[in-house]
Amino acid sequence: MPADRLAEVSDLFVVAAVLLYLFSMVGFALELAFGRARSDGAARRGRVPVAVGGAAGGAEAADGARPDAEEGVEPPSWAPKAGVAALVLGWLGWAANLAAIVTRGLAVDRWPWGNMYEFVVAICFAAVTAFLVMQVRQNVRFLGPFVMVAATLGLGFAVKVLYTAAGPVVPALNSYWVAIHVTAAILASGLFILAGVAGILYLVRGDGLSRLPSRADLERVAHRAIVLSFPVWTFAVIAGALWADKAWGRYWGWDPKEVWAFITWVAYAAYLHARVTAGWRGRAATIVQLIAFGCLLFNLIGVNIFISGLHSYADVN
Amino acid sequence: MAVKEMEKERAPQPAGFGVLGWVRWFWRTLTSMKTALILLFLFALASVPGSLVPQRGVEPDKVARLFQDNPTLAEWYDRFQLFDVFTSVWFAAIYLLLFTSLIGCVLPRTATYLRELRRRPPAAPRNLSRLPHHAALTADLTVEEAARRLRARRFRVDTGDGWVAAEKGYLRETGNLLFHVSLLGLLVAVGIGSLFGYRGNVLVVEGDGFANTVANYDRFIPGREVSAESLEPFSFELKDFKATYQVQGDKRGQELDYSAYLRVNDTPTAPARDYELKVNEPLEIDGTQTYLIGHGYAPVFRVTDGQGQVAFEGPVPCLVEHKPTLTSGCVVKAPDARPSQLGFLLRFLPTSVPLTDGTYASAFPGELQPEVQVLAAFTGDFGVRSGRPQSVYELAPPDLMKKLKPLVMGTAVPRPLAVGKSLDLPDGAGRLEFTGVKEWVTLQIAYDPGRMPALIFAGIATVSIALSLMIRRRRVWVRIGGGGSGTVEVGGLTRTEGSAAGFAEEFDDIVQVLTAGDRDAR
Repeated sequence: MPADRLAEVSDLFVVAAVLLYLFSMVGFALELAFGRARSDGAARRGRVPVAVGGAAGGAEAADGARPDAEEGVEPPSWAPKAGVAALVLGWLGWAANLAAIVTRGLAVDRWPWGNMYEFVVAICFAAVTAFLVMQVRQNVRFLGPFVMVAATLGLGFAVKVLYTAAGPVVPALNSYWVAIHVTAAILASGLFILAGVAGILYLVRGDGLSRLPSRADLERVAHRAIVLSFPVWTFAVIAGALWADKAWGRYWGWDPKEVWAFITWVAYAAYLHARVTAGWRGRAATIVQLIAFGCLLFNLIGVNIFISGLHSYADVN
Repeated sequence: MAVKEMEKERAPQPAGFGVLGWVRWFWRTLTSMKTALILLFLFALASVPGSLVPQRGVEPDKVARLFQDNPTLAEWYDRFQLFDVFTSVWFAAIYLLLFTSLIGCVLPRTATYLRELRRRPPAAPRNLSRLPHHAALTADLTVEEAARRLRARRFRVDTGDGWVAAEKGYLRETGNLLFHVSLLGLLVAVGIGSLFGYRGNVLVVEGDGFANTVANYDRFIPGREVSAESLEPFSFELKDFKATYQVQGDKRGQELDYSAYLRVNDTPTAPARDYELKVNEPLEIDGTQTYLIGHGYAPVFRVTDGQGQVAFEGPVPCLVEHKPTLTSGCVVKAPDARPSQLGFLLRFLPTSVPLTDGTYASAFPGELQPEVQVLAAFTGDFGVRSGRPQSVYELAPPDLMKKLKPLVMGTAVPRPLAVGKSLDLPDGAGRLEFTGVKEWVTLQIAYDPGRMPALIFAGIATVSIALSLMIRRRRVWVRIGGGGSGTVEVGGLTRTEGSAAGFAEEFDDIVQVLTAGDRDAR
């Protein structure tokens, strides 16, 4: 297939992924709103025989929020099915997203993250991947609606605002370091998004009864994601420094992107410290995490649009 | 007895804090986690202006422009060192405090850790069923066999009368300590680099050369401990420069690749070798790196003065005015021209095309139809011999500019000159000939002895932070019922909060192995 046809196919796949994510989000939301899926899920999965106090607490909370879902009153039978359908749609969307990235890469004959559009598409893919993989290991379907919202909005933003026609990149980006540095940044960002979504839910969830899972559960999901992504982000920053050393003649020059990558790193380090500091656990640590997440988003998007620097390859008009 | 004891107890109360007490209080506060947390926040916050205000080390021209456009604001910025955030006193204060706090935290922890390394796992608690992970089973198990099976799972094991204590995951703390130490190492490496390293920029035109001495740099930023003699004595000549551009589509005119072909002498006596310098592929000579940063055009001119003498001849590097088409602005000065000096403002068009309104523009950055447009020509005193420093990209300082006499200017801009064509100035004042086109490159030459140490410490930091975050410390105890009754109690505990769920699986595996033996468990 010629390159321009492939590029068109890639664009179609992105649209398909947006739609599938959207439907998946609706499914997850229906399950969360009408079902008791989580308590069922926790019991059925049962891979954690001991010390799952958190999950049990969450189940109680979910029951209490809806009077007709009290003990003995079955939720509508379609509710768990909506969740399963949402999961299937989510995987289909994931496949479409992957296909979009692969066809784009084939069309331009390089790693398909050379500009902001491609970068954001890849980050959405990473975030959905992180969610789906975590879902395989433990039931985190409650995160589904929110991760899918983020992915839908991200892809939509990429298509509407950041879209760049398939084409070559400037010589500075023609390096194998793209594969290393940018891939690590994408992976870490995807996981940070997952943690950010859990963090926002943590703050939204009140102290009382709620359909949302317990705060301990949300905290655990966020922490697990950050524990994985923080070393990856560290690596991404260092790989970036190595690349900068090759391309610009210094490994660290306080370019705006570097400054914000550093700020993001320090902020997430602050979160990890806050989590083990007396008086900072829980809510305060989550706020720190969300500040760090804000820095990350600003670095991904704001720096390229508002501040000019060496990383201004965004191709954003 | 009572009186003496009472006095002793009162002694450390606030009234008698004393100098030592204050020092101890200060040290304890500085090294507390809460202070470290606040310093981390300050560290992040202090970096923010570094990305919003132009920095001297990154964009000196923008700083200069701000001083010109808004002197009051610029002065205030400067007063707070906002143009040099990352070398400022207050930024240094924050990171020095942070690293002191770090040392104060890491040292005692290292001591504790070393002691713990030598200690055996603690004896089994009395009631194993109170532990978060617990199982009871019946198995034909001796203390030795249980210890062996746990050892096979890489546990550190201690045994006692009817019990086995096992612990694992010491690498967590190793990673944590190593991470913090390597951050210190990184800071030192960066410091060494800025003291003993240097950085410089130079513009070289095709056919010209460069020898690595301080005088040859256009801009040279040495570290404090760098002497002129310490520069690596290499030299090179720019033989050729080639760039390729996208020809079709939306991205027409975008650079695809460019190379500078150098003839390099590593030392004055060494034989010359060829090197193709590219972006992402610097030239390294004994630790000194040469990078290709940018490129542009340097049209070649010959200026003949009113007396028929050649007053200037050579390439003139032009500043890129429009990147996608490489339309460039040039200044040609002929201070040797007689009877009076000559100067020209020109525009270089690499691929000149006529527009419908009669003007000309460049349609492509490649050199397809190179032409030079004479925007203005002046005669008079350009101040070149005044001794004042002058920019080669500026015809004359503003005060002298007003006194110049225009020869060609404004609406009567003549048709652009192709290579080989010339423009005769009115009244026999002289002639400008466009004889050819060369290209220039800007190079950055950098020496940083802290590079490799920084890389090593950064590598250690990455590996150790991964160890520290992903490994959990866990303890397992086994108590074997007396009298060969076959009842075995197993208890488990993870000392890392938030990892209980993950440990549950491992604990189940351990119970399996203890029940059935390690071979059957697979």
